[in-house]
Amino acid sequence: MNGPARSGSIIVSIVVVSALLAPWFLPGDATTQDLPNRLQGPTWEHWFGLDELGRDILARVLLGARVSLLVGIIVVGVSSIAGMVVGGMSGYYGGTVDQVIGRVMDVLMAFPGMLLAIALVAVRGPSLVNVVIALAVIGWVGYARLVRGQVLRAREFDYVTAARALGASTIRILGRHVLPTALPALLVQATLGMAGAILSEAALSFLGLGVQPPTPSWGTMINGGRVHLLDAPHLTIFPGLLLAAVVLGFNFLGDGLRDAIDPRRRHSA
Amino acid sequence: MLRYVVRRVLLAVPVLLGVATLVFSLIHLVPGDPAQAMLGDGAAPQDVIELRQSLGLDQPLFTQYAAFLRRAATGDLGTSFRTGQPVTTMIAERIPATVELAVAAMVVAMVIALPLGVIAAVWRGTAIDYGAMTFALAGVSIPNFWLGPLLAIVFAVELGWLPVSGRGTLGHLVLPALSLGLALAAILARMTRASLLDELNELYVRAAQARGVSRAASITGHALRNSFVLLLTIVALQFGVVLTGAVITETIFAWPGIGRLLIQSIGFRDYPMVQGCILLIAVTYVTINLLTDLMYGVLDPRIRLG
Repeated sequence: MNGPARSGSIIVSIVVVSALLAPWFLPGDATTQDLPNRLQGPTWEHWFGLDELGRDILARVLLGARVSLLVGIIVVGVSSIAGMVVGGMSGYYGGTVDQVIGRVMDVLMAFPGMLLAIALVAVRGPSLVNVVIALAVIGWVGYARLVRGQVLRAREFDYVTAARALGASTIRILGRHVLPTALPALLVQATLGMAGAILSEAALSFLGLGVQPPTPSWGTMINGGRVHLLDAPHLTIFPGLLLAAVVLGFNFLGDGLRDAIDPRRRHSA
Repeated sequence: MLRYVVRRVLLAVPVLLGVATLVFSLIHLVPGDPAQAMLGDGAAPQDVIELRQSLGLDQPLFTQYAAFLRRAATGDLGTSFRTGQPVTTMIAERIPATVELAVAAMVVAMVIALPLGVIAAVWRGTAIDYGAMTFALAGVSIPNFWLGPLLAIVFAVELGWLPVSGRGTLGHLVLPALSLGLALAAILARMTRASLLDELNELYVRAAQARGVSRAASITGHALRNSFVLLLTIVALQFGVVLTGAVITETIFAWPGIGRLLIQSIGFRDYPMVQGCILLIAVTYVTINLLTDLMYGVLDPRIRLG
């Protein structure tokens, strides 16, 4: 494993493990209010301080990590599966199927990604489910284009022709012989996609279009902290730090994986 | 060349039609009755009926679609539900602010990215390269909705050097442009490095050095000049990042542009205005991509002849 991939996996592992084990090692929970000490800065008891309702920010940030990671996993999972199916069909069948899918992808790519997500959540209403749907709607296109390109290349290979000549079904040819060649590139895209999905969810929540209070989300926490920028900047600083760290971790991991599977990049880097 | 331009423009037509169709369908994705949603649950039934009629929602879907396309083609995007003013007029008032912010952010990005990318490429594999690229990756990872408030704390609140929000003087522009430009700078620095590395490996650069041209001159006079064609394209294509980022940056710094208008309109469920803003941003994005393609075709004969 190269340097960036190692750094990325360490950062991501720390956040994942902390988010999962938070209820067992934190002294307080994310909902307990200590109103007399509201907006208190970091102390030995509350490492990240207390928010405007006297809730422990560390506990809320780690609970927010669960939300962000869950959104990332679902969005990447749905987008990559949809992208594999659609991109695989588009590349393998070609002709009219490819043309129709290509035009739909062109239209979706004509929108700056986040803008379309904002539009969809704006009309469907702010909620975590709608955020996931919106991010998956814009997310699958990247995977489909990647898989389509790989399939177009792979379907010309002799072993694919041989499988077809032996009577293998289309699903078998795609599943056993064609799509596996796209898996390394998909893995890189999915890792970078996690960073993108987490950042987008936080941005939508920041704009008031994503996760709704009292469920903690990094974006919502940063937005809530803006009111107290002068008297309690820790409300904004800590959720943002963790968000930036996780996104950086996934970007490091994705970059490292890309270098690892592409020798040309490794040597030019 | 003319054939290339005509072909590329014709290819953009179905995309624009698709964009308009998607924007039209937005109001029909509202759960339940859009008119009821805009007026709220407590609205009188007569008011809901009247709003539905004024939005044309009582017409058959195809009639609504045809009317939407006809009006959009003539620049009529309907009337704002909140203010009663034409959507086009309200958007037109906000365009200068968004253009000003976008251009300033791109200038910030280029001023930071070009030296960073060049330094990283020239000293490839050294601590300088790793430092520059780690900085670039960090820049991509830091959300601008977090960076913006932090910049405001330091430069507006603590140091008092710059105004915290609003638009008017050059000072008002600095923090929003910096907040929006840094993420773009990070992307561009990586692209600059990659593009320059490709050029530095080309034979013509080695040939120039073999003829006695200094390393610095071969980089600035030969390799970097050729990289600029690709970089110019990338800068233009990143305009989408700037437009989307502007939605958030304008909200943070109370910058009176289209992005802020969009978020305010979402809050008021002013769907005609939301549709208008989305359509304008998407059409601008498609047009810039088209112009970039055409420009790339002019600069690089392989593209227009390919």
